[in-house]
Parts: sequence; C-alpha cells; structure tokens
Amino acid sequence: MSHSVYTLHAVQQRYGNRTTLNIGSLAVQQGEVLALVGPSGAGKSTLLRLLALLETPSSGDIGLCLDGQRLATHAAPVEQRRQVTMVFQHPFLLSRTVYQNIVYGLNIRGKADKSAVTRMLERVSLTHLAYTHAKKLSGGEMQRVAVARALVTEPRVLLLDEPTANLDPYNVRLIEDLICEQNKQFGTTIVIVTHNIFQAQRLAHRVGLLLDGHLIEIAPTEAFFNAPQDPRTQKFISGDLIY
Amino acid sequence: MQTLIDAFAEALRLIIALDPALIEIALRSLQVTTIALAISTLTGVPIGAWLALAHFPGKRLMTVFVYTGMGLPPVVVGLVVFLFLSRSGPLGDLGWLFTVPAMIIAQVIIATPLVVGVTMGSVAGVDPALRPQLRSLGATPWQVTWAQLYEARFGVIVGIVAGFGSIISEVGAVILVGGNIDGRTRVLTTAIVLETRQGNFDLALALGIILLSISFVANALLVGLQAQGRPVV
Repeated sequence: MSHSVYTLHAVQQRYGNRTTLNIGSLAVQQGEVLALVGPSGAGKSTLLRLLALLETPSSGDIGLCLDGQRLATHAAPVEQRRQVTMVFQHPFLLSRTVYQNIVYGLNIRGKADKSAVTRMLERVSLTHLAYTHAKKLSGGEMQRVAVARALVTEPRVLLLDEPTANLDPYNVRLIEDLICEQNKQFGTTIVIVTHNIFQAQRLAHRVGLLLDGHLIEIAPTEAFFNAPQDPRTQKFISGDLIY
Repeated sequence: MQTLIDAFAEALRLIIALDPALIEIALRSLQVTTIALAISTLTGVPIGAWLALAHFPGKRLMTVFVYTGMGLPPVVVGLVVFLFLSRSGPLGDLGWLFTVPAMIIAQVIIATPLVVGVTMGSVAGVDPALRPQLRSLGATPWQVTWAQLYEARFGVIVGIVAGFGSIISEVGAVILVGGNIDGRTRVLTTAIVLETRQGNFDLALALGIILLSISFVANALLVGLQAQGRPVV
C-alpha cells in the first residue's frame, strides 16, 4: 500500500509582501506521477522548489516521508535530501565533460560508479558524447544530461520543472520515455511541472491545476481532463482561461 | 646601439655560463615571489570566494577596500612594512628588516588584493543557477562552493597571474624592506637598479632577460593550467 511522500498543510510562500503560493493541503503519493499545470506565475515552480528542499515555506508545514519516518523538510538530514532530486527548465551544466556532469551526483555521495554512468549514458542515448564538453551540446542534449545526472543518483523522488520546454519532438519523446520508465521500473515518485496539458495527460497519474498560487483542483488524470469539477479547470483545459 | 648589442651578447654569455652570482640572485627572486604568491593564493582565493558568495552588512565597503588594494603603490607598501619592522616599530623585535621574510611580507600585501579582487569577480560571475541545481542533486553547501570556485577557475588563475606579475617585477617595496644586500636580499629587480646605476648595462640587461624569461615560463604554466578543461571550439 502506498503512503504519502509529501504532505503539505497550510503552506504559504511569500516574497516580501507578495504571496506566491497558498496551498491548503496536498499529499503526493509514493510511486505516483503528479503533473502540476497552470499558467505562468501560478506558483508551480515555487511549489517544486519547496518540495526540492531548496526553500523553506514562509508558513505552514511540509512533511517528507521516505523511510517511514515523517520529517519536516527543513529538518531533513542530508541522506534524506539526497533522495530527492530536481531537473530544472534551464539546466546548468558544469564546465566539464558529459561524463563528468553525470557522475557528479555520485562523486559527492562518495560512490562514483562507472558502470552506472555508462548505463545512464546509454539510457539517454549520449554514449557517443560521453567525453564531449558540456558547453558544446545542443539544448536537447543538455536537458538529457540534466535528466541523466539526476537519475543516476537513483532518487526516490524526482522533481521536473518544464523538462521539455522548447525541445524538439525527438528529445521530448526521449525524455518522456525516461520519465515513464523511471516511474514504472523503479517506482520513483515524480512531480512534473508542465505548461503542456497533453504531456500531463500522457505522463501523469494525477493532475493538479494551480492558479494565483492556489491549488484549484487535483484529480486522477482522466477525471481531471474529462470531468473537471471546477469551471476554471474546464476553461484552462479548453484554452479559454483568460489570465 | 653598440652598447645594446654588447649588452645582449654579455647577457647571453652570462646565462649560458650559468654565472653563479646571477643564478643566486635569480633563485632568490623565485624563492621570494613563489612563497609570497603561495601565501597570497592560499589566503586570497578563499577570501575572494567568500566575498563573492556571502551577504553581510558592509560588503560594499569591503569590496571598495579590496579594489583600492589592487592598486596599492608598492613603494607605499614598502614604507609601511619598513615602519612596522624597523627597530622602533611595533614588529621591530622580530628583527626581520632587511631580510627575505620582510620582502615576502611586502609582496604578500601587494599581491593578495589582486588575487582577492579577481577571484571575487570571477566567482560572482558564475551563473547563479548553479547553486540551487547542485543543491538539488544533493551537494552540501561546501560542495556547492567548491563547484562554484571550480567553475570560476579560469578567472581565479587570471587573478594569480596578475598577482605574480605584480610582485616578480616589483622593485620599490623590496628595495625598501630588503635593502638590496649582496648575498642576502638582492633579487633580480633590485640588482638591475644597482647595476644600471653603476653603468654595468650588460649585467643589468642579462638580469632583465632572466626576469622576463622567468615571468614568461611562469605565465605559460599558468595559462596551460587555465586551458585545461576548456572546450575545444
């Protein structure tokens, strides 16, 4: 039986006087793929940064439960933090080779495993570029390296912030296949932020709509798209939401 | 013109013959500069990285101090070190005036602000996206800082090169605090001044050629280090 990896209660994130996120409650189940959709500035990336333990909420509580013990995210020890990784929309790769970028996460854990990196290079179809400098890669290749360096650490939770924005269809399909495979084969819990509702439909078990920092609706993918409960969800899906 | 040609010929002869006096002076120059540069690098790089990454009240003022330090007149540095180390100065008991340690102190004071300033600029110039992305991969704050420094390595090496250049060719401070004592504190730059004043242009020029050669080799090594890891475009 699956349990909640994340539980959020009355979470607010404020920057100065501006409240960017205001979530009453949210639970992310172990092993699920949750897609967060919504227009720009809705608070999706803010929520993802909170889940990635990169920020602490201004108020409220985010609990992380990975080994049966629930911890407040700000108190999570480094071993727990290392089970959560995030891929950003604009990946920053180190000024090193593709191989060195992918092995980075293993190196900092003190367990550089060459065979794991080799396998990962094959999974992202970058074996031929292993010793190419990262700054010479195309946008799609860079994003694949970013996904690979996150996956090679075998995270229990993978957070993806618009991982395929501005990519060509080949790279989109490759990354989507990786996400599906990671979830199905390894049971990795995945939260993906995307503008692309079709992508959410293809990948997610559940979809949530964020507007103005509020979680408007969250439901299983089929119900979200076929029988939305909130009129704003319906408008967002049909492209009629004026924002 | 003939003097210049004769001087070049004499310079080559002294270098080829490995003139003991020349070698001694060159080695002392290298010793003083290498130790001073090592101290400046070991202190300046962490301070520069810290100034780039930390947020604290007075950071802007501190930055102004560092930038001012980058243009410190060596002769003023020499004068201050001289006053500190002179018999009546606060550090007079050390008895370091007119010794190699005094010359090293002066050179450290000249080079460190350059290393700090250039390191600070280079580390601050690293894409701010690096920090959250590496944190999200599980890096500890120290590991992230180390990665930032590594990303800024080309700039950091420029800072070290600048520090080296400022002290290997410096004469004002070392002549004040070292005294240009034969066999004890005479280095290439002070020896050039002395030989020129005495009209020994050939020897002065030979020393100058050695000074330039040392500078060239050291910079070539640093540039070689800098080029490592750069993408071949």
